[in-house]
Parts: sequence; structure tokens; C-alpha cells
Amino acid sequence: MSLNSLWQYANPKKFIQTTEKVLPLFSVLAVVCLVVGLVWGFFFTPDDYRQGSTVKIIYLHVPSALMAINVWLMMLVTSLIWIVRRHHVSALAARAAAPIGAVMTVIALATGAIWGQPMWGTWWAWDPRLTSFLILFLFYLGYIALWEAIENDDTAADLTSILCLVGSVFALLSRYAVNFWNQGLHQGASLSLDKEENVADVFYFPLLVCIAGFVLLFVALVLLRTRTEIRARRMRALLARERMG
Amino acid sequence: MIALLTRDLKLAMRAGGGFGLGLAFFLIVVTLVPFGVGPQSGLLSKIAPGILWLGALLACLLSLDRIFALDWEDGSLDLLATSPLPMEGIVTVKALAHWLTTGLPLVLAAPLFGLLLSLPPTGYAPLVLSLLLGTPALSVIGTFGAALTVGLKRGGLLLSLLVLPLYVPTLIFGAEMARRGVEGQDTTTPLLMLAGITCGTIALLPFASAAVLKVNLR
Amino acid sequence: MGLNVSNLTIARGGIKVLEGLNLSLAAGQALVLRGPNGVGKTTLLRTIAGLQPPLEGDITADPETMVYAGHADGLKPTLTVEENLHFWASVFATSNIDAAIEAFQLDALRTRPAGALSAGQKRRLGLARLLVTGRPIWILDEPTVSLDVDAVKMFAETVRRHLGQGGSALIATHIDLGLPDAQILDVGPYRARAMDPDDFDEAFL
Repeated sequence: MSLNSLWQYANPKKFIQTTEKVLPLFSVLAVVCLVVGLVWGFFFTPDDYRQGSTVKIIYLHVPSALMAINVWLMMLVTSLIWIVRRHHVSALAARAAAPIGAVMTVIALATGAIWGQPMWGTWWAWDPRLTSFLILFLFYLGYIALWEAIENDDTAADLTSILCLVGSVFALLSRYAVNFWNQGLHQGASLSLDKEENVADVFYFPLLVCIAGFVLLFVALVLLRTRTEIRARRMRALLARERMG
Repeated sequence: MIALLTRDLKLAMRAGGGFGLGLAFFLIVVTLVPFGVGPQSGLLSKIAPGILWLGALLACLLSLDRIFALDWEDGSLDLLATSPLPMEGIVTVKALAHWLTTGLPLVLAAPLFGLLLSLPPTGYAPLVLSLLLGTPALSVIGTFGAALTVGLKRGGLLLSLLVLPLYVPTLIFGAEMARRGVEGQDTTTPLLMLAGITCGTIALLPFASAAVLKVNLR
Repeated sequence: MGLNVSNLTIARGGIKVLEGLNLSLAAGQALVLRGPNGVGKTTLLRTIAGLQPPLEGDITADPETMVYAGHADGLKPTLTVEENLHFWASVFATSNIDAAIEAFQLDALRTRPAGALSAGQKRRLGLARLLVTGRPIWILDEPTVSLDVDAVKMFAETVRRHLGQGGSALIATHIDLGLPDAQILDVGPYRARAMDPDDFDEAFL
């Protein structure tokens, strides 16, 4: 399949037709992965010798934190596609993804707080990672609020994509600034390509399954929400046409 | 462009132009802080750099929606957009006018307000320098936010929601520089970072602001 | 140095309003646009003035030759009549405002703040801005709103003089300006047809 043919899915009609078929598949896979990963992680892994059973919240915390960042990246890419190629589905996909990303950020923050309480003795600390996630959440809020505030869909798509680009730069800057501003409590990355730094294998494999589950869940949700956005958009267009007579 | 700048400055100075409002707001914030945290000068001098930075930031935020709103309402913005001035130039001049009427007075008044918060003597130079370097970035970023929300009803709250996260890096490095100055530590790193952010935003953000403003004028 | 618009399709709020529109305007010509409210005259003028991109079609004109005047006059209430005009003069890199002040009989109001003018006087000041810019192609959206009979004559006289000097004007208006040579274009027939609802793709309609 050439790259050219990839763009055919940018046609709303084609998108609706295609996702009609693949959406159930993604939904089922997401549920299977999540159930397997979480059950495996929660009930069939040993307790950590230092952290006890609290470590098991990692199966929610790490995937949601990963998604929180990657959803923003996906929005950045779709925003760029909208700016360059002006495919409406791309802009609507970014719009559809934002609330999911915001929820992922909240899950990551909440599970982090629940984990942090027994470990660090505090629900919240102004640790660089925690703070950056809070700032990321604010960016999500601003982005969603801007979409909601503008009536004209094309104007909203243009403005939010530029906000997404500018916001990405400032989010990166904030990440660096926050690191500079305070040294953290947070442990290093739980996953990395460098095997030595990884969590032990018993925790690693169920974690991978959970991450796959979160990714699939996100894909399913974003497809579903994009379909809704397309239909809502089409409904508004039909109504407007009717008003015009 | 110079005509636009002098017009904006003139408008700010005349009745109802809002010149000095930011300064008054800054003074009120500084006055209210001791009521909130208690009058002990030890505590005040410790938090003074942060309070002064936050106060300046909020005072800046307060006047952002005026940058384009009035020109939008009376149609000048349409006429300016069809004039020979490039849009990037217009937003840069607007940001400069905002800085001259809001940021610069805040910088100049900061030492006086530092006095009220018993800022230690070593803190004045770094504080003023950090504000001088940082407030232009606040104006330029704010102009971007104002361009995003121009023409929206009830855009004021949304403007704060959009702009405040963008202010985070500037605030962190600015306040850090002022704080280190008070404690007598080396201020080079935050100074360079702050200057870098300001130069970067001045160089790049006007393009984004202009693009956004063009979209909003459609 | 004229204005040529060919096969233009324009949209307002994402919905096509006019399509397949052609018009041309040569030096010394005036073209009056007519059509019912909401048909898209303002959108058309804004598109030609370059404030919004057309959906399809071409507009060939040097943007440096056009000046646009919309519903709002772009006046600053705290600046005087003179200051307002001086500002626009320096934006358009000209300097003479006396001819404009004379044409719209604003001489007695020179030092009055624009905020203290009546609606009709404000409009006259807004129209005087056109002369100050020194640009040949005027794009005017309902220029005679809130003008009295005398002021409308004043305006028509100014337009005639402008045309006589090789300028041109594209005017959306409902009243008879008393410009006998002006061509009239009814934009009603160019109203966009709705598309088949089953044939939606990029534009959703």
C-alpha cells in the first residue's frame, strides 16, 4: 500500500465505513489485553520485597502515564496534518483524543498519589515528574476549552492546532524548567530500552500486556469519538443547510 | 508601525486607557500578601521574590484582553489587516506597546514593592534584572493568547486558562533567578535560560500570533 | 490596474454562500452590488479585500491597490478627528489629510474627539479615511449607513471625483447613490446550491 492511499481514510465517509469494521476488533482486543494484564499483574505476581503489594498499582500507573504523553504527541501529529493537508478527520481526531488524554493524565496523577502515600508518606509532592504532569493536564484543559469556545469548526481546528504546536514547545520547556527547579522523589523510568534498568521480568511482562491494553483502549476510544465528531459535524452542516433553505 | 505604536501608547495614556491599572493591581497584591501570611519580615523577605514575580505576572495577565479586544470591536483590526502593515509586525508592535504600558512600569516599581516586602538588599539587582528580562516574554506570550481569544464572548477566563500554562517556564526561571539573588547564589543559569526564553518567544511567537489573528479575522 | 474576479466561490462559517461569481472593475468604474440581506455581500467584499480566503476561484488584483471599509469605522473615541486621520495616513505612508477633511466637511470638527461625534459624523470620518489612504480601488460595505441626505450627496460627489481621477469603487448598498454611470451587479443568482446530502466527503456536505 503506497503512502498516497493512506490519505483516503482522511475522507470522512471512507473513515466511517472502515472504522465500522475495525472498531469491534480493537474494542475486543483492548478488553482482552486489559483483563489478562490486570488479572495477571494483580494476582499472579509476587509482592515487592520493599514496596509490598502497593507496587501493583504500577499496572495502572505506568500505562496511563505513557498514554498521557503519547496522546498529546498524537494530537501534535494530527494537528500538523490538519495544518499541512487540511483533512477534517485529522482535526476531529485531535479533538476526539484530547479528553481521553486528559483522563489518562488524571489517572496517572491519581494512581501516583495513591502509590505515593504509603511510599513517600505524602499524597503530593512538587516533584518534577508530578509537576510536569499537572502542567500537561492544564495544557489539555486549555486545548479542550478552546475547542469548546469556538463555534466555527474550521476556525476552531485552525486555532487549536496552532495552540497544540505552541503548547508542545512550551510543555517541553516546562518539563526542563521544572527539572531545574526541584530535584525529585520520583523513581527513574520503570521501562527503558536498556535491559539493566528495567523492572524485573515477573513484573515486566504483565506490564507490557497492560500497556498494550491501554494503547488498544485508546485506539478504540479515539475511533469511536472521531466517528461521533464526524457525525456531529455532519449534523451541524445539514442543519445549517436546512436553515439556508 | 511606529504610528501604530504611538497610537497605542497615546490611547493607553488617555482617559479610560487603563494605563496604571496593572501597577495598582500589583500594589494591591503586594499589600494583601502580608495579610495572608503574617507580617514577620523574616518570612516576607524569604517569599518576596516569588510574590513579586507572581504579582507582576498576574498584573500582566489582567491587561492582556485589551491588546486586541478594542481594535476588534471598533473594526480597526480589519482595517489594519488590509493595510500595508504585515500582520507579524502588527502583533509585535501590539506586544511592545503592552510591555511599555504594563511590563516596564512593573519592572520600575518592583524595587519599591520589594521594600514593602522587606526584600534583602542583595536581592534588588537580580529581581529587577529578572523582571526586565522576563516581562517581555510575558507580553509576547500574552499577545498570542489574546490573538487566540479575540472575538470570543467571555474570552477573558479562557485567555487565562490558555496563557497561564505557557507562562510556567518564564515564571520558574524568573523567580528562580530572583530567589537565588536574594540568597546570594550564582544566578547565571536561570539568567541565561530566561534570556533564551525571551529571545525565542520574541523571535518565533509573533508568527503564530499573526497566523491565529488571520484565522480569527476570517 | 483593475480588479478581476473569476469563478469565485465563497463560504461563510463553513457553508458556501455564493458560487461561480465573476466580476471585473476597471479604472474609473464603479460597481454596485445588490442582493437581499444575508446573501453574502459582506463575505464577498471581505474575500476580495483579502481578509478571508476564497473556496475556489481567482481574485486578480494587487492587494496594495485596495482599501476596505466595513460596517465599523475603526475610529478611536479618545483620539481627535485629526489624530484618527493622521494615524491612518501614516499607516498607509501618506501625509495629506486636508483634502479628506474638506471633502467630508469635517473642518469644524478637527479637534473634536471621535467619541463625541454623532453616528453620521463618525461615518463621514470613516469615509474620509478612504481618501487619506491614497489607494485607487475602494471596497465599501454599506457606506451610507447613518448618513443624512446631504452627507450621501457629499459621499456620491467624492466617489465621482475619485472615479474621475482614475480610481474605482466596489460598493455594496441598497440605496441609489446617484452615480449614473455605475454598473449594477445582483449577486442573488450566484447563490450557492445545496449539495446532495449523500455525497459528503471533505466538506461534510
